[in-house]
Amino acid sequence: MFVKKSFSGGVEVPHFKNTENIQTEKIGVPDEVIIPMQQHSGAPCKPTVKEGEPVKVGQVIGISESFISAPIHSSVSGTVADISSMIFPDGRYVATVVIKADGKQDIHEDVKPPICTNKEEFIEAVKNSGLVGLGGAGFPAHVKLNPPKDKNIDTLIINAAECEPFITSDYREIMENSADIMDGIDAVTKFIGVSNVIIGIEDNKPEAISLLKKLAAGKKGIDVKALRTRYPQGAEKMLIYALTGRKVPPGKLPMDVGVIVMNITSVGFVGRYLKDGMPLIKKRVTVDGSAVNRPSNVEALIGTKLSDVFDFCGGFKTEPFKIIMGGPMMGIAQYTLDAPVMKYTNALLAFDKTFGNVPPETACIRCGRCYRACPVNLMPLHINRAALVEDMDALHKYHTMDCIECGCCAYSCPARIPLVQSIRLGKTLIKKAQAKAKKDESQKDVKS
Amino acid sequence: MENNLHVSSSPHIRAETNTRDIMLDVIIALVPASVMGVYFFGYRALLVILVTVLAAVLAEYLAAIVLKRKQTIGDLSAVVTGLLLALNFPPSIPFWIAIVGAFIAIMLVKQLFGGIGQNFMNPALAARVILLISWPVQMTRWVWPDGVSSATPLVILKRGLMAQAPGYLDLFLGNVAGCIGETSAAALLIGGIYLVVKKVIGMETPLAFIGTVGLFTWIFAGGSLFTGDFLYHILAGGLILGAFFMATDYSTTPVTRRGKIIFGIGCGILASVIRLYTDYPEGVSFAIILMNVATQLIDRFTVPRSFGGEKNAA
Ligand code: SF4
Ligand code: SF4
Repeated sequence: MFVKKSFSGGVEVPHFKNTENIQTEKIGVPDEVIIPMQQHSGAPCKPTVKEGEPVKVGQVIGISESFISAPIHSSVSGTVADISSMIFPDGRYVATVVIKADGKQDIHEDVKPPICTNKEEFIEAVKNSGLVGLGGAGFPAHVKLNPPKDKNIDTLIINAAECEPFITSDYREIMENSADIMDGIDAVTKFIGVSNVIIGIEDNKPEAISLLKKLAAGKKGIDVKALRTRYPQGAEKMLIYALTGRKVPPGKLPMDVGVIVMNITSVGFVGRYLKDGMPLIKKRVTVDGSAVNRPSNVEALIGTKLSDVFDFCGGFKTEPFKIIMGGPMMGIAQYTLDAPVMKYTNALLAFDKTFGNVPPETACIRCGRCYRACPVNLMPLHINRAALVEDMDALHKYHTMDCIECGCCAYSCPARIPLVQSIRLGKTLIKKAQAKAKKDESQKDVKS
Repeated sequence: MENNLHVSSSPHIRAETNTRDIMLDVIIALVPASVMGVYFFGYRALLVILVTVLAAVLAEYLAAIVLKRKQTIGDLSAVVTGLLLALNFPPSIPFWIAIVGAFIAIMLVKQLFGGIGQNFMNPALAARVILLISWPVQMTRWVWPDGVSSATPLVILKRGLMAQAPGYLDLFLGNVAGCIGETSAAALLIGGIYLVVKKVIGMETPLAFIGTVGLFTWIFAGGSLFTGDFLYHILAGGLILGAFFMATDYSTTPVTRRGKIIFGIGCGILASVIRLYTDYPEGVSFAIILMNVATQLIDRFTVPRSFGGEKNAA
C-alpha cells in the first residue's frame, strides 16, 4: 500500500478554494503599467529604457550584471512615462518603470522562439525569458536549473501542492494548460539531464491528479504523487521530504540533496516559452477574499495596478480592510492599491474587517501549540521572547535562522501572539550582528 | 480609502481556539470528577467547590487591580485554578481555609510571579502544600456525609491494614475516602481522555508519570521485588488527577515532547519514593512541585533539533 509520507507539525487550514472551477479570464490592457526593477530574489535590475522612449511588448527594459537576477520585460506597447523609485511593503525603495500603454500591443522584434540544442542554450533561454519561481518565492529559474557541477541532481520535483488557502492559480494552470506543462517537463529533463520527475500535489485536487496521471502515463520517469493535504505541504523542504524522504539540512538548498524543485506554473511557462518566445509578461492571479465582489482567476499583464485587477472582478462589496498579495498564511499585506501585479504574484486577496482583523494579543500561556505546529521543529515561544529582549544567545540557541516563515506557529497560537513578526525581527538582529562582526573582523585585519 | 488599508505581518488568518477556549475545555474535563465528588461526599463538596472557585476568581480580579494589570478573569484560568484546588481539598475542609488557599494560589503563586504563563509552580498544588503544612489536621481529615471518618486508601496501605483496603472497583469508581476530586479514577480518565482528544494536552506526561509509578511500585512496593500491587498504587490517591491535570499544566511543565516525558518520569519516581520511603502516605503533589522547579532546566536541555538539522550542543 502507498503510505503518504509527511512532515510532522503543520496545521489544518480551511481551504477556501472558492475559485477552483473558475476559468481564467484575461484582463485587458490597462492604461498604464508599473514595472518594478526587482521582481525576484537577488540583485535588482537597472532600467535600460529612458523616459519618453517607445517600447513594445516583450522588450527588455531592465537587466542586471549579477548572476542571481532575472531580466525584466515590458508587458505592453507604449511609451515610458516615468522612471522613479517605488516603496515596497518591506520598506525597500526599488527603481520602477511606468509605461503608458497605447493599446496596440505591438510585439517586439526580439520575441521569437529560442533555439535550444544543448544545456547552455537552454539555460540562456530560460534566463532571457525572465522566469522566476512562480510559486511565490521569486528565485531566478536559470540559477536553479544550473547548479554547480559537484551537485549530483537526480530528481526534478514539480510543486503543485498549492497548500495556501484561497489560491487556485496553479490548479487552473493544470486544468487549462496541461500540454504546456508536459512540454516544459520534457525540455527540463532533456536539457538538464534528470531522468526522474515527481509531480507532488495535495490530495484535495482529485481532478488535477487524474488529469496529470493520464498525461504522465505515456511517459517514462514521470510520477504523479498525491500528498496529504496539510499546510505547509508545498514548502520546499516539506515537499522534498514527502516525495523523496530526503531532508534538506538547515541552511542548505534542494540541490544539496540532489533535487531541483520547480513550481508547476513555472514549468508550464517554460513549455510555452520554447514555442512562442514570449517572455514572462503576464500572470494568472487568483482574486478572492471576503471583500471581493466576484472571486475570479484572472490573467493580468505584469505591472497592472491592483485597483485595475479588483475593478475587473466587480470591485469591492464591502470596504477592504486588508489587501494581501499571496496567500493568507505567507502573503504580504499591501499599503496601496496602486501597487502592481508582479511576476510571482499568485493571488490577491481583499478581506473585510470581520475576516481580516486579528484579535488582540494576550499573554503566552506556554501551551506549546506553536512548537507542535512548527514543521521545522522550532520553539517559537522562546524565539519570540528572545527577539523582543534582544537576547542574541537565545536567538542562536533556538535556531531562529531555520524558520521558513510559514506562519503555522502564529496561526495556532491561542494568545494570538504575532510570532512570525518577532521571528523576522530576530533574524534581522542576527544578520545585523553578523554583518557587524564581519566588519570588525576586516577592520582588525586578523588572520582568517 | 487607501490609507485605511491595514498592514500587518503574516499570517493573516488565525485558528479559532483562544486561551479561554482551552481553559473552558479543562473545566469541562473536570466536570465528571466534580460530579462524582459531590455524589460520594454530598452537598458540602459542592459548596467547597463553589466557594473555592469564587474565591479564586475574586482573587484574580483583585490582583489585577492591585498590580495594575489588564483584567484577566475572562480567560477563565482562575476558574481552572480554583476548581483544581477545590478538587484537592478534603470534603470537610473549613470554608475559610479554602478561601485562604484560593488567595494563596492566585495572588501569591500566580500573579506575583507575573501572571498566566509566568509562574513556575502550579498555583493549586503550591497552595495545597502550603495549607497542608499550615493546617495538617484539617487538610487530612476525611469524613463521610454520615459523619463517619475513615482513612484514605493510601493511609490504609501505609499502616499495613490491608484487610480494610477497598477493592479495585471502589477505587476505580471513587467510593473511597480522599480529596473531593481525586478518588474517582473513572471520572478522571474520562476527563483526561477528553483533553487528549481535544489536543489540549498530550499523552506524554500522563503516560510517563503513571507508567513510572506503576513500574516503580510493582518492583519495590511488595514484600519482595516485582510483587508490588501497582494497580492499587495507580488507582489510589491523587495520581490520576495529578498526572492528567496538574503535571500537564502549561506554565509549570516543559514544552517539548522529550521534556514532558522526562518530567513525567521524574514525577513518577519522586511520587513513588515519597509514598514508599517517607512518612507521607501521598507524594503526588510534592513530586509535581519539585519537578516544576526543575522545568526550566529540563527545557534548557531539551531544545529540539531543527528539521534535517544536527543536534545542538546544549
Ligand atoms: S502557541 Fe502562543 S501561547 Fe502557546 S506557547 Fe506558543 S506563543 Fe505561547
Ligand atoms: S517558527 Fe517559522 S517555521 Fe516554525 S511554524 Fe513559525 S513560521 Fe513556520
